Amino acid sequence: MKLAWKEKAIKLILLATASTSILIVAGIFVFLAKEAGQFAIEPGLKELLGTRWVPVSFQKESFGILPLITGSLLVTVLATLLTIPFGVGASVYISELARPTERELLKPFIEILAGIPSVVIGFFGLVVLVPLIKTCFGLSTGLTALAGAILLAFMAIPTVISISEDAIRSVPASYKAASLALGASRMQTIWKVTVPAALPGIVAAVMLGMGRVIGETMAVMMVTGNAAVITAWPFDSVRTMTATIAAEMGEVAFGSHHYRALFCVGIVLLVATFGLNMIAQKVLSKYRIG
Amino acid sequence: MNAKTRELMRDVIIAGIALTAVSGCSRQRAEDENQRRYITIKGSDTMVHLVSTWAEAFMREDPNIEVSVTGGGSGTGIAALLNSTTDVCAASREIKYKELLQAAEKNIHPHEIVVAKDGIAVVVHPDNPVNELTIAQLSRIFTGAASRWSDVGGPDERIVVFSRESSSGTYVFFQEMVLNKRDYMVDAKLLPATSAIIESASRDKRAIGYVGLGYALAAKDRVKIVAVKADDKSPAVTPSNETVKSGEYPIARPLYLYLDGEPKGTLREFVDFCLSNKGQAIVTKTGYVAVRQ
Repeated sequence: MKLAWKEKAIKLILLATASTSILIVAGIFVFLAKEAGQFAIEPGLKELLGTRWVPVSFQKESFGILPLITGSLLVTVLATLLTIPFGVGASVYISELARPTERELLKPFIEILAGIPSVVIGFFGLVVLVPLIKTCFGLSTGLTALAGAILLAFMAIPTVISISEDAIRSVPASYKAASLALGASRMQTIWKVTVPAALPGIVAAVMLGMGRVIGETMAVMMVTGNAAVITAWPFDSVRTMTATIAAEMGEVAFGSHHYRALFCVGIVLLVATFGLNMIAQKVLSKYRIG
Repeated sequence: MNAKTRELMRDVIIAGIALTAVSGCSRQRAEDENQRRYITIKGSDTMVHLVSTWAEAFMREDPNIEVSVTGGGSGTGIAALLNSTTDVCAASREIKYKELLQAAEKNIHPHEIVVAKDGIAVVVHPDNPVNELTIAQLSRIFTGAASRWSDVGGPDERIVVFSRESSSGTYVFFQEMVLNKRDYMVDAKLLPATSAIIESASRDKRAIGYVGLGYALAAKDRVKIVAVKADDKSPAVTPSNETVKSGEYPIARPLYLYLDGEPKGTLREFVDFCLSNKGQAIVTKTGYVAVRQ
């Protein structure tokens, strides 16, 4: 009798720890929505659709988040374009071609890359990458969307490699055996059979990498120049949503329009990462069944 | 868990509770007589280095007192003073009318003390031939009205404008004093730290930026400090401790400490220390300009 009660209690405690994440997610949503909702009432959501982000002004403050969204979008798309060849190439090599000793050497380095704090990567970017971009492309300044995208690619590549490597490994050996038996070369087998079969997993890996990229703050803030302009040109400065929140939350007056506008930016960001993760999970689960 | 560890844990918890209670009591008693052992200072990021150097020197004089210093920005510091979560607020700008109203509501009486002065230096690349600019020219550059160096007497090249982030007190001060309250150009690159502006100005031939005088003087081998004219007829003044103090250099600001009411007891001692010869020597040493000698 006593034992049953004890067991129940333990089960309850475990349930509580397991559901903490749900509570936290719900709590964050409610918290963001509360502040952002007040912005919707006064001065109204229309204010957010503007093309100017000028939160500190003696004239007129404007809270148009379009330049911030396009800024995040540009950096994320560029980073993804850079990540795909490196991520997929490396995962194919590690899972299909590398000798065991090579794998033993490569894997820890990829894990180390994943573990470097983003502020350290940002510092490296500011001191090494930004001047390099400036001289390579003959720009007036290297603080560009491209610099941010390259740093973000560094951070996304390890994620993409480990997940796509898993996907490629779980392609049934019989597929490869059949292809080789039909006289296809090793390379033909990899590119025509193995990689296409693992494609959904690779797509999911890239999307999870993008989720990491869009939410990354510190490194981007240090190297993108943070000018709130709408542009699709990689050599312009951009201001991302994350950098805006991080840079401005510190000194904003609580309860002001600016404060609430930052929460609206937070919601847009949350919805974007949430969407990306959802799609990635869908793709992954579909692939596992099939 | 065996009985022994359980007992040990219980002892630790009891000791913890007892300690908290005791320290709470002594702290309470000390504060009653305006003699406190802890002072908290919060506010301007510009002033963090100065204030923490003061705090260290003050603690060396009286080891019984602990001073803790945090940054966060002038606005954060003033908010903390109004919420009674800090004893002293360090601010690189004057308290705003709106904040004074909030203070009155909360029955807080902000007491202002000017403890130092800070000049804001305009920096460009060392190879830039431009040596002096008027306030009006600076205003046109930073609002985007002048986009080429040839517009202000330099080579025919684009101007790359660097500014601090909008959360910085320096950003607002420069906007008020130099831009005459107009908005910065949208293309201006907002950098999160003074060091990043120095770094960019030292590498970029077309760059212009602004930083606190102390930082500019420390980096004067890497960047060129531009002399500033208040208007066309005034002489060009290079920022230095002397020209800021005399008021000749036009882009300068006072740095403040704010307290709730006239400082008493330990707080009085701290403020007096900041204004003493020793305290003002620290001001000069950390790159700001002393207000008393």
